[in-house]
Amino acid sequence: MLSRVADSCFWLSRYIERAESCARILDVNTQLVLDSEMQNGNADSDLWMPVLSTLEEQELFQSQHGNLNGDDVMEFMTFEKANSNSILSSVTLARENARTVREQISSEMWEQLNRLYLHLQSPAARAAFRESPIGFYRNMVDSFHSFQGITDATMTHGEGWQFLQAGKYLERADSTSRVLDFKYHVLLPSGERVGGDLDITQWMAVLRSCSAMEAYLKLFHDRITSWEVAGFLILHNNFPRSIRFCVGELDQALHSISGSGRGHFSNEAERLSGMLRSSLDFTTVDSIFQTGLHQYLDQTQTRIAEVSRALAETYCRWL
Amino acid sequence: MLRGRMKGFFGKYETEGFFDEMFDADGNVRTHYAKILQRFAEMDRASFESKRTLAEKTYLNQGITFTVYSGDEGTERIMPFDLVPRIIPAQEWQHLERGLEQRLRALNLFLHDIYHDQRIVKEGVVPMEIVRTAKHYRPELVGFDVPHDIYIHICGSDLIRGDDGNYMVLEDNGRCPSGVSYLLENRQAMKRVFPQLFSRHAVRPVDIYPQALLEVLRYVAPHENADPTVVLLTPGIYNSAYFEHSFLARSMGIEIVVSQDLVVNDSCVYMKTTKGLQKVDVIYRRIDDDFLDPTVFRKDSVLGVPGLVNAYREGNVNLCNALGTGVADDKVTYYYVPAMIKFYLGEDPILPNVETFLSAVDSDRKFILDNLKNLVVKAANESGGYGMMIGPKATREEIEKFRAAIIADPRGYIAQPVISLSRSPCYFDGKLEGRHIDLRPYILMGEKTTIVPGGLTRVAMRKGSLVVNSSQGGGSKDTWVLDETEGKC
Repeated sequence: MLSRVADSCFWLSRYIERAESCARILDVNTQLVLDSEMQNGNADSDLWMPVLSTLEEQELFQSQHGNLNGDDVMEFMTFEKANSNSILSSVTLARENARTVREQISSEMWEQLNRLYLHLQSPAARAAFRESPIGFYRNMVDSFHSFQGITDATMTHGEGWQFLQAGKYLERADSTSRVLDFKYHVLLPSGERVGGDLDITQWMAVLRSCSAMEAYLKLFHDRITSWEVAGFLILHNNFPRSIRFCVGELDQALHSISGSGRGHFSNEAERLSGMLRSSLDFTTVDSIFQTGLHQYLDQTQTRIAEVSRALAETYCRWL
Repeated sequence: MLRGRMKGFFGKYETEGFFDEMFDADGNVRTHYAKILQRFAEMDRASFESKRTLAEKTYLNQGITFTVYSGDEGTERIMPFDLVPRIIPAQEWQHLERGLEQRLRALNLFLHDIYHDQRIVKEGVVPMEIVRTAKHYRPELVGFDVPHDIYIHICGSDLIRGDDGNYMVLEDNGRCPSGVSYLLENRQAMKRVFPQLFSRHAVRPVDIYPQALLEVLRYVAPHENADPTVVLLTPGIYNSAYFEHSFLARSMGIEIVVSQDLVVNDSCVYMKTTKGLQKVDVIYRRIDDDFLDPTVFRKDSVLGVPGLVNAYREGNVNLCNALGTGVADDKVTYYYVPAMIKFYLGEDPILPNVETFLSAVDSDRKFILDNLKNLVVKAANESGGYGMMIGPKATREEIEKFRAAIIADPRGYIAQPVISLSRSPCYFDGKLEGRHIDLRPYILMGEKTTIVPGGLTRVAMRKGSLVVNSSQGGGSKDTWVLDETEGKC
């Protein structure tokens, strides 16, 4: 496979996943805001700053808007072209990459992505957004899921597909770590205690934004604690959005591309993903909290970025 | 015969004295259109509109678009598509097929000749001066052999019909003719919106094109390599024909590459893959000669691959079409094609040229300059409807501009009488109106010659316009060649 094509498949997939995460976070925060407004009329800035912090977008936003309000943040993260991480920008970038590899991906994949792009640009999307932001974000997530389903069902599971998998799981591992970190940026108002109602509501929001609520409750029934939520989203071995699961799939994709056996490595990307995978396999929630959740997630994000760099160096060094 | 019963859209249709594809001069429907006319007469405006919307949506969703720039915002538009098909009866098509095959055979013999012995020049049929001054003539390739002596593997010759309905060749596109993806997609769209029509007609299928093209590309691999690696070289996603490039690569199952994907080592061309460098044998290039190799042609080209031409001359890679074919689609060379057919094949041309005057010839030039307002003047080396003046529609200023240009560069222009192209009914806003059309068939030459039945029918969408090029607002329609067994309807 052409190196340029591999690179485009990888990034096409990352942008799709990035757009999906963004839609999930906005959906959940919108709901969270509705809850807290009912409880105690917080300022918009307290409610929306965590979204920007999680997505590392404070600076650009503030240079454009100054004061923070919910509508501006949603607009900025959804439709703003100048923001390279807005949903529209990510979908546009995914489509640009898809255009260059149309002969690799199936027509059905292209059409789904193209429809989504055209829809986002249309007045209909704006109208749906005004009508119900939550409904709009749900529809977005559904569309991304369709894309994933179409990809699995219509594309040969060969090298190109493996690069798509690598991109998807790498980006997803990164976004799950960011969503977890979201809680770190949400300050508990004075008078609220850890383990209190609002604290629990916020942890539930974290679970929901990963579609993890039901899966979590099956395991832990009615207990929602920071400890167990973090443990679930970082270390669960079968939940498809946990960091450990995603890194495992990433590692699998990398080994499928090179053809080398798992448990060993044939290039730097595999070595790094293998190390990250085994450290996740042999870590406990206790030790994560000893390091400090925020610090641990930060380190994990750095290690994920290193895998991405090594992958580019291994397969696309010509470009 | 149907005249009195024409209903619906066709109720008020006027041929306005032009040769009409569907109706004869008395307004009677031509037999090969009878069934479709009947079907359309059964439809009302709303159902036709909904079919049209469905077709447009199909194109938009598939991204079959070209980009129109205004300000900093590029908008993607679809090429206008008309739902009324153009129908060609079996016998008429056989005649065209023979004529096109003959023409391409002669053009390839001509190219081989002028890049070798130049017999046609020595025997005084084509002046050396014309060949030498052709913009795309490559003297550095004289003496160079291409596999199987085929230069133009893919040819798009534009056909038109005048007042009497006889077909004529308007020009030959022997460099990188485009548009074949529209031909294939138009058929897909028609099948989707009018499935019943196909069961009533025996329409010859067109979808063999990509496989036929791949067969040609594989056949012309260097050193008779039986399992060559074939790639399609595109300028990139911002090229207006990128959709077509990607469509063809996908349909043939070959890699589509941009120049950065290729590298030349030891006079061989390789593509950069995740598993290292892989040798490339045949390049279906959709980039003009000038941009192929910055070390040989345009130094400022960022599209090219340094060393590619050297690898080609060493015989390690083949290019389709060959380098230097542009000399054959120069509009002055066009004038000599009937003579070439006689010279190389000893046959009479089956398809005539349009009457053409060369401003490079003194007597012709005088005639041209005296009759500018009645003639079509064309620059010899432009395409896409650029560099052209239609005398009767030109302003005094434009005429004077062309007069000066012709006097300054007689070799650079030709003139032809204005031909009122045949018209075909097209749907506009609830009714049908006649629009001028042409036909671009795609002729493939490899071990044998293959022509996909029909071709791309291009439509001048503006009322009265004679310009069908998509860059000038042209559209297209599906083209049906009926199977012989259907013969009489």
